[in-house]
Amino acid sequence: MLRASLRQVSAALKEGQVTPTELCQRCLSLIKSTKLLNAYITVAEETALKQAEESEKRYRRGQPLGILDGIPIAVKDNFNTAGIETTCASNMLKGYIPPYNATVVQKLQDQGAVLLGKTNLDEFAMGSGSTDGVFGPVRNPWSYSRQYKEKSVPKSDSEREEFKWVITGGSSGGSAAAVSSFTCFAALGSDTGGSTRNPAAHCGVVGLKPTYGLISRHGLIPLVNSMDVPGILTRCVDDAAVVLGSLAGHDPKDSTTIQDVFQPFELPSLPDVSKLCIGIPKEYNAPGLSSEILSVWSKAADLFKNAGAKVIEVSLPHTRYSIVCYHVLCTAEVASNMARFDGLEYGHRSDVNKSTESMYAATRREGFNDVVRGRILSGNYFLLKQNYENYFVKAQKVRRLIANDFVKVFGSGVDILLTPTTLKDAVPYMEFIKEDNRTRSTQDDILTQAANMAGLPAINVPTALSERGLPVGLQFIGRSFQEKQLLTVAKWFEKQVKFPMIQLEEVKGA
Amino acid sequence: MAAAALGCGGGWRRAWRRGLGGLVPVPIPIPIPALVHVAVPVPACRPPRVVARNAGGGAVPAGKSGLAPWVPVVGLEIHAQISSNSKLFSGSQVQFAAPPNSLVSFFDASLPGTLPVLNRRCVEAAVMTGLALNCSINKKSLFDRKHYFYADLPAGYQITQQRVPIAVNGSLSYSLCIDNKMSQMVTKTVRIKQIQLEQDSGKSLHDDSRSQTLVDLNRAGVGLMEVVMEPDMCCGEEAAAAVRELQLILQTLGSSQAIMAEGQLRVDANVSVHHPGEPYGVRTEVKNINSIRFLAKAIDYEIQRQIEELENGGTILNETRAFDSKLGCTVPMRDKEGMQDYRFMPEPNLPPLILYDTKSLPANVNHQQVVNIDWIHERLPDLPSAKRAKLVELFGILPEHSFTLVNEDGLTEFFENVLKQTQMKPKKVIGWILNDLLSYLKQHSCTVKESPVSSVLLADLLNLLEKKEISASAAKQVFEELWKGEGKTPLEIVKEKQLQLIEDREELEQICQAVIDEHEKEVMAIKAGNQKIVNKLIGLVQRATQGRSNPVLVKQILEKKLSE
Repeated sequence: MLRASLRQVSAALKEGQVTPTELCQRCLSLIKSTKLLNAYITVAEETALKQAEESEKRYRRGQPLGILDGIPIAVKDNFNTAGIETTCASNMLKGYIPPYNATVVQKLQDQGAVLLGKTNLDEFAMGSGSTDGVFGPVRNPWSYSRQYKEKSVPKSDSEREEFKWVITGGSSGGSAAAVSSFTCFAALGSDTGGSTRNPAAHCGVVGLKPTYGLISRHGLIPLVNSMDVPGILTRCVDDAAVVLGSLAGHDPKDSTTIQDVFQPFELPSLPDVSKLCIGIPKEYNAPGLSSEILSVWSKAADLFKNAGAKVIEVSLPHTRYSIVCYHVLCTAEVASNMARFDGLEYGHRSDVNKSTESMYAATRREGFNDVVRGRILSGNYFLLKQNYENYFVKAQKVRRLIANDFVKVFGSGVDILLTPTTLKDAVPYMEFIKEDNRTRSTQDDILTQAANMAGLPAINVPTALSERGLPVGLQFIGRSFQEKQLLTVAKWFEKQVKFPMIQLEEVKGA
Repeated sequence: MAAAALGCGGGWRRAWRRGLGGLVPVPIPIPIPALVHVAVPVPACRPPRVVARNAGGGAVPAGKSGLAPWVPVVGLEIHAQISSNSKLFSGSQVQFAAPPNSLVSFFDASLPGTLPVLNRRCVEAAVMTGLALNCSINKKSLFDRKHYFYADLPAGYQITQQRVPIAVNGSLSYSLCIDNKMSQMVTKTVRIKQIQLEQDSGKSLHDDSRSQTLVDLNRAGVGLMEVVMEPDMCCGEEAAAAVRELQLILQTLGSSQAIMAEGQLRVDANVSVHHPGEPYGVRTEVKNINSIRFLAKAIDYEIQRQIEELENGGTILNETRAFDSKLGCTVPMRDKEGMQDYRFMPEPNLPPLILYDTKSLPANVNHQQVVNIDWIHERLPDLPSAKRAKLVELFGILPEHSFTLVNEDGLTEFFENVLKQTQMKPKKVIGWILNDLLSYLKQHSCTVKESPVSSVLLADLLNLLEKKEISASAAKQVFEELWKGEGKTPLEIVKEKQLQLIEDREELEQICQAVIDEHEKEVMAIKAGNQKIVNKLIGLVQRATQGRSNPVLVKQILEKKLSE
């Protein structure tokens, strides 16, 4: 039952094959038995069961709120949840209990979804491994799959279990692991440079980053306001469409959301791609792209070709500037957004009380990890009067060029872009932490970031298993607000590749 | 888990924690460690010397060096709190003197994840003000973040309009009198550089004895219009007149209550001096000025201080100074923002602010969603200058009288109310308003509203005078009685004090005769041809009748008797 898709389990609830409470309890107990994954920071057992009970009453009355009623979901711990601790995996917000719900959380609850808990992440979503949070790294469930174990025989003792487990990617690694390990049916992530798609690719789940402005950011603790988008992680494309339909649309509390009314859609059961033009951006054959991913990508292009679609190579010439441009814009906004964490109104406050200024300094030193502090420092440097024109303004111009690349390509008749999501499959944690956060983010965001720069919708679709038995995903990038077309293509592709289900074995450490 | 919300540590700080359940935080200031206070040595204050009056635009005469004269340059930055029900970017109420931290939304406290939502009313107020100050309104303006750490700025930045403000390039005309003579009014113009929308900060209360700072966020996020005036003024009086005119305009528009004492209008003055033909001198910024009178004082003091400093071979530092109203001088301020780099950045959570005019207004648009500049323009009320012109035209009073009427709060209304209830000509009424009422008010530091003599009472009094039931001097006595506010009507006072004019000609003739008899010397002089002495006799008769005689009649009688 837990391995079912959201739509399947919703049908089961409706038919009474399972009750919301049973479902919730099963999820909760699976969360407990997979605790080692460290996917959840907070498990909201009590409120979840209460919500399930409410849902059950509605079903009994024959008045469920809709497809999400009674469905257990998880939410990344950078979304505000009223009455439930929201930490951003940071000492700064440890113990912080928000008084309000993020709009997306409220919408899910209004439609009867059951919130199981808050998922792990890199501190303030700054990272690409879900390894840099104060609650420790998230373990990729595929580390404990038969597929991985069979293919990666330890070479020596030093490579035993504890050293073998692989990262989830990030920063929404907890959400990806939660969906992948069947502890919930859908999860919210956030996506600023690839934080939803990257872990989705590594954990073999669908990860959708909608168009900027389609889903409210109100209540999402920001990383980069101009690029952040709530992300959706599900087991299949149809489920992503369901969740998108329940979240999208104007929010008076977020002035950057679209004014138009959003019409939820269902995807055709037999999608047709024969009339489409699929663009293959050559710049995405980036340095460091593993040969097996290159081959998966090229096979995927062939699938479309064989289905009658037009597949052409296209160029997004400014892609290579994206990383450095992102670095400037991201750190600048981070410096600004983090300024509010001063220990006065909420969150951690240092005991140093010699003066307000010394209290600020100590609070921020104690509250933020090195990565966050590093980004704050660089961001403030870029925003200095003497540097603003040379860095921030230039980066904004480059951002425009990157966005224009997409406009040109889509204007030339291309409907959807097909790219890899990551350069390679997930690496073992011990290997991952050899490099610092900045270097890693630079490598890991390279294929996903441009979509954030341009605000475009993009989705990771699990495609194949690597030689090591780990998931590999491909990314589709669509036109602004053309989620329906994007998801239709993704669904067609999903049907073709028949990505294998994870054969999760007992999750336990060495 | 929900219950944990109340008890779990580290959530909201102290005062906030108990507020978790509801929307309104518990109204207790948040104690935080005190700032390091640098003790500012109070300089021995020079007696505030009066700066050579230069309202006419002239330079200040040379100092003791005897070199070229000094030209003072004054520019103003004015923050006017927008009069609106709710704050600039949140739904919290705006109210003066509410219990601490009782008007604070999640956004105002900058809880993580909250976003700004622009208040349409504040935009309209700024557009209205821009139009009234002859500005061009930018159809597209932008919001920026200005960063600095301070306890009453919870987000660590203020949202303002640094790059493209809502209104630019305006002007403000104001008048002032030269040498305090009402008859010598000059009209001047100061250019308005820009008007920008921005957030107000909260308030920090430093409790030095307990070494802590208390923060009240009620004001945090209230909408402000920052009006930047070009350095077109040259003395305190000009600045004061310009600010008074701006204040009147804001109050007329209703875009700000603009009460300086309540901090709704805050004026910072940039002051420098230089020799004619030379570039502007180094300027200082004078803050902490909380009345228009102090504004003039502070600027004049600062001009004089700079001149003396320079003439003594010193230099002027580019610094912020505070006006000490008790000492009447400016002192260097511990500059929390000194040399600070504000690290401006576009506010990413607010799209550009787009305004429309009737021409550019898109069809099928929800009128609640847009601001139409033309629509606001058509509905602008009469501005003070127009009001003055109307008063002059309607009542035939002098322009300088119209000026006083409009500049004193409520005086125009008072004047008009008196007119409604009396047959006396406006030109005569204005004398009573400006000479008698106003000087009593000034003498007792009263506002028009507080006047014990209401417009009804004054009108009654003037009617008695107009009907010649009392003399002008008796009327003044009645006014003095009325001022006591004992609830008597003018007629009652007249009766009580027997101030009616003496109607009986015989009685008057007797009094006149008595005066003539007692002043032989004067009578001789008159008979010798010095007619002016007649007035003295008239005065004596008035005195004898306690002002109850009609001077015209008395003159007639006296002249007749003297020629006999």
